[in-house]
Amino acid sequence: MKIAIASGKGGTGKTTVAVNFALALEDVQLFDCDVEEPNCNLFLGFELEPVEEVTCLFPEINPDKCTLCGNCADFCRYNALAALPKKILLFPSLCHGCGGCSFVCPVGAVEEKSRSIGIIEKASSDAPLKFFHGILNIGEAMATMVIKSLLRHIDESKPAIIDSPPGTACPVLAVLGFADYCVLVTESTPFGFHDFLLALKVAKALKVPVGVVLNRDGLGDSRVEDFCRDEGIPILLRIPNDRMIARLYSEGIPFVKEMPEWKEKFEDMFETIKALAFKSTGVQ
Amino acid sequence: MRQLAIISGKGGCGKTTLTAAFSSLSENTVLADCDVDASDLPLILKPQVLKTEDCLGLELASIDLKLCTGCGICREICRFGAVLENFTINPYSCEGCAVCTVACPENAVSLMPRVSGQVISSITRFGPMAHAKLDTGEEASGKLVNMVRKRALELADRYSCKFILIDGPPGTGCPVMAAITGTDLVLVLSEPTVSGLHDLKRAIELTAHFRIPTVACINKYDINEKMSLEIEAFCREAGIPLLACLPYADITTEAMMEEETVIEYAAHSGDEEAVKFANIIRNLWAEIEIRLSDTSKKEMYPKILQSREP
Ligand code: SF4
Ligand code: SF4
Ligand code: SF4
Ligand code: SF4
Repeated sequence: MKIAIASGKGGTGKTTVAVNFALALEDVQLFDCDVEEPNCNLFLGFELEPVEEVTCLFPEINPDKCTLCGNCADFCRYNALAALPKKILLFPSLCHGCGGCSFVCPVGAVEEKSRSIGIIEKASSDAPLKFFHGILNIGEAMATMVIKSLLRHIDESKPAIIDSPPGTACPVLAVLGFADYCVLVTESTPFGFHDFLLALKVAKALKVPVGVVLNRDGLGDSRVEDFCRDEGIPILLRIPNDRMIARLYSEGIPFVKEMPEWKEKFEDMFETIKALAFKSTGVQ
Repeated sequence: MRQLAIISGKGGCGKTTLTAAFSSLSENTVLADCDVDASDLPLILKPQVLKTEDCLGLELASIDLKLCTGCGICREICRFGAVLENFTINPYSCEGCAVCTVACPENAVSLMPRVSGQVISSITRFGPMAHAKLDTGEEASGKLVNMVRKRALELADRYSCKFILIDGPPGTGCPVMAAITGTDLVLVLSEPTVSGLHDLKRAIELTAHFRIPTVACINKYDINEKMSLEIEAFCREAGIPLLACLPYADITTEAMMEEETVIEYAAHSGDEEAVKFANIIRNLWAEIEIRLSDTSKKEMYPKILQSREP
């Protein structure tokens, strides 16, 4: 059972929900896939140890063999290679590591080397939760590669909670395409609703069943609720617009730790999700 | 022409609220909504569309099954796992690298153009605006950001505008890099939370990397004043002027519900809190305008302090 926590946009409380949800349950794993800004551990404070370096291949051109024919630069779809009169120049941050240049080089002058684009870390084994996150190096663009490496560490025998990256582009698809259930965190304001609809579209395109967590409930109006009722989307949980919760968040304290009544609410949410995910697989 | 980008390291900090407020204060300005993944500025500014244009993203491979013999070479060579078992292409995985087209012995694969979104020019009650709509699941958002910025430059030219205000995308990935390169000033918006400080540091690393003059502002400074002081100390150390501290205010949501900027809302609501809030933003904009107009002080890049925080 893999549950992705997502939202159209950052700042809606995705990380808060993922962290508190994971802490409220027994024997689950938490994966922070927001590799551009992994924030979960700011709330968990675990000691982390590196488990894997994520690498990407890039070409290195052997000037002794290269005839400067320019085939490689012509081929590269991402303009990562430029043919200068005396040398072929590589722009590493544009290279997607597709291997095309080495394939098309007629004289075998292209050798592929790997470079690190990010790292996967996990919480040490005495931590109360099995936790992994990935960090994309600053200035690198290939978030999806780090996410895919990260997801390979999921233990399929246990429920996994996955904090998704924001947005509606590739990184989110990499996570949602992999999930059995998607929890969308949103607020009922014009911005919140707009971003929620975008995220919903992604989940629908990938045919992942969806439920909603209403964050800062009480703020704004009922537009998200009305929409969910019309569309038959379950509202799994409401987190009120509460100063205490905001305060704990600002200090980096998961609120289930200070407000034990929330543990039960998250457990109930988990039960609901299990039932709903089961139902939707049963229908298909 | 001078360009300001507003970023935050993460979404949900109030970037759009602030950009919208600036737009109602600044004259002679073009807006560029570069948050192409989830463009929210139009929800407040209600743009009248003048022109839209498709943005072509990465191409997409397509296999002609009449020619394909099922040899499997393409599946083996594709580094992105985009060729499925039945030799169709998974559009979400294909990066359009074209390796399969040259690898296929039967010439059965070709690349098709695909539209990844639209770039839109509009007119709003506060001037021209360039924005975009990214199609679901499309990745070319860096490219779309570039197109929005190019369109903003054209609009600024046509309407003789002095400034371009860029509402930046969240994160520190390639869309953000596309949104800040070549700007004259970056305003980083932060929140006094543990993650807010962390995101601020990541954002500063980026502006330092690109050597762009940077200023900062704290939103909701009063939800945790201790953290606010920490952020202030960090800014001082990094050499970034902290220009304003905005209080936590429900009126930002109220203004949003009315589809107004906080400046407009303050002008008619008579709400004291709103008027105070608007005045802080007014002073902030005045400070920024001075810095934007001043072309001499080019050396106030932030210093990179720690390269990687846990
Ligand atoms: S590996 Fe692919 S993306 Fe990188 S330089 Fe070669 S052709 Fe271009
Ligand atoms: S294809 Fe090979 S020989 Fe030709 S320019 Fe590239 S590296 Fe040199
Ligand atoms: S390489 Fe060409 S012929 Fe072989 S499976 Fe792929 S498309 Fe078909
Ligand atoms: S174009 Fe590249 S990514 Fe797409 S299917 Fe072909 S080899 Fe794979």
